[in-house]
Amino acid sequence: MLKIQNLQARIEEKEILNGINLEVKPGEVHAIMGPNGSGKSTLASVLAGREDYEVTGGSITFKGEDLLELAPEERAREGVFLAFQYPVEIPGVTTTNFLKTAVNQVREHNGLPKLDAVSFLKEMKSKMKLVEIDQSLLSRSLNEGFSGGEKKRNEIFQMAMLEPKLAILDETDSGLDIDALKIVANGVNKLKSEDNATIVVTHYQRLLDYIVPDFVHVLYKGKIVKSGGKELALELEEKGYDWIKEAVDTAEAV
Amino acid sequence: MSGALEEALIGNLGGDDLPLLQQLKEEAKSEFIRKGLPKFREEEYKFTPIAKTLEKNFSFQSINKVQQVDADTLESVKIDPAAKITLFFINGVFSKEHSTIKDVEGLIIKDMKSASVENKDQVLAHFGKLNDEDSFTALNTALTQDGSYIEVEKNASIDIPVYIYHINTATEVEAYSFPRNLFIGNKSSKVTVIEKTVTLGGNNAFINSLNEIFVRENAHFNHIRIQNDTENAYEVTQSKVYQEDNSNYSSFTFTLSGGMIRNNLNIISNGQNCESNMYGLYLLNGKTHADNHTSVDHKQPNSYSNELYKGILDGKSRGVFNGKIYVRQEAQKTNAFQSNNNILLADSATLNTKPQLEIWADDVKCSHGCTSGQLDEEAIFYLQARGISKEKAMGMLLYAFANDVVEKLPVEAVKNYLDEIVSQRLNS
Repeated sequence: MLKIQNLQARIEEKEILNGINLEVKPGEVHAIMGPNGSGKSTLASVLAGREDYEVTGGSITFKGEDLLELAPEERAREGVFLAFQYPVEIPGVTTTNFLKTAVNQVREHNGLPKLDAVSFLKEMKSKMKLVEIDQSLLSRSLNEGFSGGEKKRNEIFQMAMLEPKLAILDETDSGLDIDALKIVANGVNKLKSEDNATIVVTHYQRLLDYIVPDFVHVLYKGKIVKSGGKELALELEEKGYDWIKEAVDTAEAV
Repeated sequence: MSGALEEALIGNLGGDDLPLLQQLKEEAKSEFIRKGLPKFREEEYKFTPIAKTLEKNFSFQSINKVQQVDADTLESVKIDPAAKITLFFINGVFSKEHSTIKDVEGLIIKDMKSASVENKDQVLAHFGKLNDEDSFTALNTALTQDGSYIEVEKNASIDIPVYIYHINTATEVEAYSFPRNLFIGNKSSKVTVIEKTVTLGGNNAFINSLNEIFVRENAHFNHIRIQNDTENAYEVTQSKVYQEDNSNYSSFTFTLSGGMIRNNLNIISNGQNCESNMYGLYLLNGKTHADNHTSVDHKQPNSYSNELYKGILDGKSRGVFNGKIYVRQEAQKTNAFQSNNNILLADSATLNTKPQLEIWADDVKCSHGCTSGQLDEEAIFYLQARGISKEKAMGMLLYAFANDVVEKLPVEAVKNYLDEIVSQRLNS
């Protein structure tokens, strides 16, 4: 589904990704872990098409297509979804209105008829249960004045509505208490299927107790320096990142 | 200090339709000739070179007396075709033929010519009482031939909005209007007045209107102004408002297109517990120049004023905002808020904004803020990341920005009318 080869990217003059290789198949859950500043969020942003980052080398194919050729909205319509680390507050645009526009633009792209108001509301109601989000929140301006937990739940709610092929959760767990974390993870798990894949970007192992990954990758200095199964996450939780950093730094020094 | 332009205005366009006010008008003529139009770089007109613009675009040779306008054309400019009270002024003169005035208890509506005969005492007691030093005040007083007289009787709460259309017939030659309106809301009364200017034809039109608005004790007055005119329309409007105890005045000014537009809104808040709201939205493109000058003068304690003007500027347009708040020494416990927010969509658009607060009282709450910038890139990306095109995303954000003002409108028909224009203009 997703194939990243030797991806290099920078912001302004700073090189952040230095040759990422990663393949994600339908039905898989990949966790990307790593110390702060290792390039985790950059990778998520580059996948979603944020313009601040310049891709200087390598390739990304998604469902066989060159993802880098597509504008952010085209990627979204093709099924890439980024749950933002910092969801943006947008005054004057209600979540409901915004999602209706988004869902219908995606449907149009996929040759489906627009949802009328009634079907849209029905769809919304069923997805609201999934992330235990309240109607009153959705009638308000998008994310404006939402608590941290409400914003993250709203991200997963949007994901539920848009039914992406590839969901990228960028530090969705940061700042969440354990109850909110469980709700978010539960939502993500219910949305999992044989056809879609999830990339969980996180600093902490805690989230992975609830969203169990098939693969864990450690990112450091813009490269994947170690990959393994879910037990790697536990090892990182126990030992921290220093042993990996040391190994990489020593290897570089030689 | 005046020149040929001023001489032409006074010499060629002076009517004698309001005998009751003849003396005032003569005085105003002399005053205008003495002062002349605002000079280049004069502080209050610093960014709006109105004299130069008028000189370049008008000859002011004779009054345009066209009164014939196709009824279908007038029908098409209406905001609410089902409105029960609609007044048409053509080149500044009331058109009885095209107007509809439903008889409503407690509401007196007349053209100024009739009112100056039939309601002589009220006209004399109010006309010109709020005049100020501005040259355009003298010009309007000198040249006005007609206008609307609206008085709401004590305790009359009028739910039917009053629509006033100022039509300029610039089809054959240039057109001018100098409408002079007198609005009186007596004790505990309530009314909403909507004004819209419309220029017909491709010649230039100049509108210099002046409203004197008296909002007596405990009265409510809503005033909506819509400027969605052609690029050959040049407009200077003035609203002078006087508020008494517990009164509420709300102004809504929408400037969507035109040539050069200057709006002066001056409120004297001379009572306790007054509420004054000033809302404005300007969506400018092309070469439209829109200048909003507002002032609120708090003279008594415990009153409240709130101002929100927002602008979206594109093309080579220019926006000017100047908001003055005066809080006199007696006006303790005044709450006065002001904000002016702008989005510039093009490097070629210009904005000048200036808040001006003068506060003599010590126990007051006042705040002001102005912003100007571009759309939030992060917000655009967020919407794009959900499958919404960049163009649509920008439209949604601009619409939300503008709707903040539109949604405050108290008349549903006007709100719907503007909502449609605004969403279309902003691609939302």
